[in-house]
Amino acid sequence: MLTEWLPNIKLEDFWEATEETFYMTSLALVGTFILGTLLGLLLYLTMKGGIWQNKVIYSVTAVFVNVFRAIPFIILILLLFPFTNFLMGTIRGPSAALPALIIGAAPFYGRLVEIALKEVDKGVVEAAQAMGAKTRTIILRVLLPEAMPALVSGLTVTAIALIGYTAMAGVIGAGGLGNYAYYFGFQRRDFDVVLICSIAIVVIVFIFQFIGDFISNKLDKR
Amino acid sequence: MISIKGLSKHFTTREGALKAVDNLTLDIKEGEIFGVIGYSGAGKSTFVRLLNRLEEPTGGQIIIDQEDITAMNAKALRVARQDIGMVFQHFNLLWSRTVAENIAFPLEIAGYPKAKREQRVQELIRLVGLTGREDAYPSQLSGGQKQRVGIARALANEPKVLLCDEATSALDPETTDAILDLLVDINQKLGLTIILITHEMHVIRKICNQVAVMEAGKVVEQGDVLDVFLHPKQAVTKRFVAQVMGEDETDSYEQLVGAYKEGTLMRLQFVGETTNQALISQLAKTFPIDINILQGKITQTKHGAYGTLIVQLLGADDDLQRVVHYISEETSVDMEVIDDAH
Ligand SMILES: Nc1ncnc2c1ncn2[C@@H]1O[C@H](COP(=O)(O)OP(=O)(O)O)[C@@H](O)[C@H]1O
Ligand SMILES: [Mg+2]
Repeated sequence: MLTEWLPNIKLEDFWEATEETFYMTSLALVGTFILGTLLGLLLYLTMKGGIWQNKVIYSVTAVFVNVFRAIPFIILILLLFPFTNFLMGTIRGPSAALPALIIGAAPFYGRLVEIALKEVDKGVVEAAQAMGAKTRTIILRVLLPEAMPALVSGLTVTAIALIGYTAMAGVIGAGGLGNYAYYFGFQRRDFDVVLICSIAIVVIVFIFQFIGDFISNKLDKR
Repeated sequence: MISIKGLSKHFTTREGALKAVDNLTLDIKEGEIFGVIGYSGAGKSTFVRLLNRLEEPTGGQIIIDQEDITAMNAKALRVARQDIGMVFQHFNLLWSRTVAENIAFPLEIAGYPKAKREQRVQELIRLVGLTGREDAYPSQLSGGQKQRVGIARALANEPKVLLCDEATSALDPETTDAILDLLVDINQKLGLTIILITHEMHVIRKICNQVAVMEAGKVVEQGDVLDVFLHPKQAVTKRFVAQVMGEDETDSYEQLVGAYKEGTLMRLQFVGETTNQALISQLAKTFPIDINILQGKITQTKHGAYGTLIVQLLGADDDLQRVVHYISEETSVDMEVIDDAH
């Protein structure tokens, strides 16, 4: 039945590509979360009026974030080829895509983190200071927990952007559904492959969106 | 307990330097409820935030319980802050934590072990009257309940001083009274010193022993609440007193004098009266006279009744003389004969 409608799909290849997309998205998401949170915190803490107010660090971080956000992802991958090669020992395959994915997405997520932290009630931070809290306590017990729903919905948006990035990376050899659609679908003019890959990506996006919304709602006690 | 010398805070604004707190000197005794009243922008919040150095002083010295707050480094200050509770107008609770978790937060900061923490939280919940709400989130509480959490949290580390910045200003009048009662209760039970910032004279009247009136960064008048009520010197203080006493009566005396030509008109001033509150009925029973209450306002303060009555006494001349003599000699009520028709 399936083979009748979609004669060119090899189920095995399709599953492998799907797994690779999941693999790249998930690992890149973890890396993006860590790096982006650090960038966002750095921006928030060193901004004017921040706890560690520091013009130099703020400006350097802001420039880094803005520059990497400005470069289109497809060009960023090419730009990072030497770096990737140095870091991973190869420029092909899902793992080799990770540095570019993380560096492409973390600045974007960093800005979302900064915005989320700015939304945290200043009075609450002040209350913690009045109790004698250290900055570390304020970050871990006040800022991050109070911003958590926004951090999670930001991460959802970032995850969806990352799925798109993995598809682009796929076209230049990173594997995954983008790779499968391009080499096995588009180049061979087997458009059923392109179609099924599109559907699979939409499904993955929906899954991430659903999980993200669910967690964010669960966390939000406001 | 608290000694403040020459405390200043200057802000640089676009319009130039702004002296939010200007060379302020004050002493606050242990166990006192010390009120600071002033209009918006007077510098009250800046003042109270200087006390725990949420705002860095431009100059001056703050001594709390023999410790020089102004001289402390960051680490010493953090420890000192654990002994200074703070209650905020907008509660400033963590919405991500339950009532019990919010109250536990300062205990976590102070490094209490978990078991002790839970026990202390239970005590505090009982103290502020929130039993049964420990697992609620702030969003599920009323304003008054949120402030109870704020107070419990401020008391968690058994502070020596409680700073309240407009703690009741976001609450309706009934809830305000309940929270003020709670503060008095805490002050008596725990004997801690409370500094209470407000723009409502009602709040001062109800619970404070001492009051300082702030205007443009300075304390313009200070003293015992009753004294300040009775003999307000500065215009700003008079306006605050009028807030609870109604408009200044002096204007309307003249009209009264014109309107009531018979007998004796007198002004009775009740000053923290507890023993002579029934003066009017006493007079009517003791002397063969009639008493007309023409105007007045009596309010209850922490130290008894306070306020003014303007009365007209009708009767024989010598009886009226005896009444005047009786009031001035036998009672603690302040009396002034405004107009003697004779
Ligand atoms: N961070 C700040 N920067 C500049 N001006 C400030 C700052 N905080 C307070 N002020 C000014 O200081 C004055 C006193 O403010 P505040 O202490 O909040 O008064 P209050 O609490 O009595 O209403 C006001 O004129 C206010 O605009
Ligand atoms: Mg204020």
